[in-house]
Amino acid sequence: MLPQMSKVSATKPKKVRTEPASKAGNKSSSTGASGEVARKAYRAMLEARLLEEKLAALYRAGKIVGGVFLGRGQEALSAALGVQLRRGDIYAPLIRDQAGRLAFGDTILDTFRTYLGSSLGPMRGRDGNIHRGRPAEGYHAMISHLGAMVSTVCGGLVARRFRGETGVVGATCIGEGGTSTGSFHEGLNMAAVERLPLVVVVTNNQYSYSTPNDRQFACSDLVKRAEGYGVAGHRAVGNDLMDCLGVIGEAVAAARSGKGPQLVVADILRLVGHGEHDDASYIPPELKKSDLARDCLPLALRSLVEKDFLSIAEADLWKSEVELEIEETVSKVLREPSPDPFEEDWNAFAVIGREARP
Amino acid sequence: MSSITYLEAIRLAQQKALADDPRVFIYGQDIGTFGGAFKATKHLAKEFPGRVLDAPISEDAMVGLAIGAAVEGMRPIVEMQFADFSTCGLNQIVNQAATLHYRTGVPCPIVVRLPSGGTPGGGPFHSQSMEALYAHYPGIVVMTPATVEDAYSMLLEAVRLDDPVVFCEHKFLYYHLKAERLPEEAVPFGKARLARPGRDATVVTHGAMLHESLAAAEELASDGYDIEIVDLRTVRPLDTDTILASVARTGRLLAVGEAWPWGGVTAEVVARVAAEGFGLLDAPPQRLNAKETPVPYHPALWGTHRPTAETISAAIRHLLEL
Repeated sequence: MLPQMSKVSATKPKKVRTEPASKAGNKSSSTGASGEVARKAYRAMLEARLLEEKLAALYRAGKIVGGVFLGRGQEALSAALGVQLRRGDIYAPLIRDQAGRLAFGDTILDTFRTYLGSSLGPMRGRDGNIHRGRPAEGYHAMISHLGAMVSTVCGGLVARRFRGETGVVGATCIGEGGTSTGSFHEGLNMAAVERLPLVVVVTNNQYSYSTPNDRQFACSDLVKRAEGYGVAGHRAVGNDLMDCLGVIGEAVAAARSGKGPQLVVADILRLVGHGEHDDASYIPPELKKSDLARDCLPLALRSLVEKDFLSIAEADLWKSEVELEIEETVSKVLREPSPDPFEEDWNAFAVIGREARP
Repeated sequence: MSSITYLEAIRLAQQKALADDPRVFIYGQDIGTFGGAFKATKHLAKEFPGRVLDAPISEDAMVGLAIGAAVEGMRPIVEMQFADFSTCGLNQIVNQAATLHYRTGVPCPIVVRLPSGGTPGGGPFHSQSMEALYAHYPGIVVMTPATVEDAYSMLLEAVRLDDPVVFCEHKFLYYHLKAERLPEEAVPFGKARLARPGRDATVVTHGAMLHESLAAAEELASDGYDIEIVDLRTVRPLDTDTILASVARTGRLLAVGEAWPWGGVTAEVVARVAAEGFGLLDAPPQRLNAKETPVPYHPALWGTHRPTAETISAAIRHLLEL
């Protein structure tokens, strides 16, 4: 077991460490994550970071209508989940999971098509930005109501159980603010009752939009809630890729092998506002200088280089490749058709409209 | 075959759905071994092991689970213990189930059963008629069966439909409405039914109010009035064509609903007839609904709160004099 990780067994609760992860520092752990997985995760982090920088630029240039919500600073945690899910698993990411999405199989092309409202994208201009998915492929398109996706993923897992499929994992992400919702509670309790192979990753980034944790919950540590739900609890250092890979890897493996729902909590600070419209002035400067605010991307690179998983030269090459792909994708998507209100069928039903007048 | 109640028709429809389609399962509170608060799933858990599942008291998560399962190709039926409690699952129904197909192209074939409507002593939280609330949202089919036959065939139809269905089964009809046999063939989806032909005025209604309206029409028949009654069957889609055809015959419209009037089904019926059939009308269209308070507990109050055969009859007489 990792030094940074505490775990609560579903049957025999153990003591959970309560001090904030930041106090434990960001020392890299000797995790079992392979070089291949770590490289894939870093690549997704890099793609997400560069892609989101482009999104921010497009937003400032007025090319994106609606909100832009970035995951800067949270890429390690996000990618660590996405990279450890398999095709055939079920994944319901939240707003700061660009890295996890790309690691799971979403593409730079689908991302820009959705943000820029291309009619060729998966959402066809009917929904935008982070409300993106391909549910038929196990990649759910989140609704904005926090906590709602927990039970939805449970439903996917119940369906797989009905079909006799084993070894499937369902995963969803939420912030610490989302844990205050009734939906989160109902969903996690339900998952525990049904003993579903669900992994819930809680990104405790200290602020729900502008609301600090002391106005959000009163328990000393969110991971303690795992015991109350009867699920396993894990703690990860949110800006340490190798730690996230190790902890989430263990949680995913436990869920996959039939050990029931797993709750992972990681402390972190988002390095941007809630959305690009928000300057995050409510975050005190001293917190912005704390360990929580250390940027996971250079930390991950250093860690991978130290382990000989990646060289600086290769990382630089990746960066140029990704930048080129982003530029080419944006220029292609900007030329793609927007949805045409005259072509739109304006029908919310799958059946009626064809068989009966709505 | 002995007489089949409306409630038994719902149980039998679920039994048939489970038997016919391995994708069907039922999820709700107390529905397993206990057989449900109203026994609409009596013996089904035993007959279909593992497919009739007790849920925690978590309406939001119950519907969320059904949606997630439907995305994976299942055909879940969720039983709300009372329609009133479906508000705790409202978010999943209106924001996730109703939007899924439009947003992603993936259909959401769930059925949410709502034991609906008033019964004596039910009170404010066990009596509500919620069809207008759900019908407001594009993407949700809302069924309101008023007969034993429709309770059976429409529930089977709801399970087969690719759209989410809010199935408003009426508790007042559960026990006293009976039929000798169940239909083999269903009335086409989305079609209203002419429950009583007539020529003097049209009453458009649904659910338990159908029977109050039929009784009112009988009473008026003794005075020589011939009242036509349209049973909507589904309130969304709303079969405007059948309503307009009836108004074309009678020239007069009374819309009757058990729910509150504000923004309700009767308002929609009157609006459509006024907009699309103004020239057919010989008198201003009328409507009759529940009084605008919470549904009261005491039978003396409840019996006055909702429309009855007597008040419907009076409303028709008024309409005939306009």
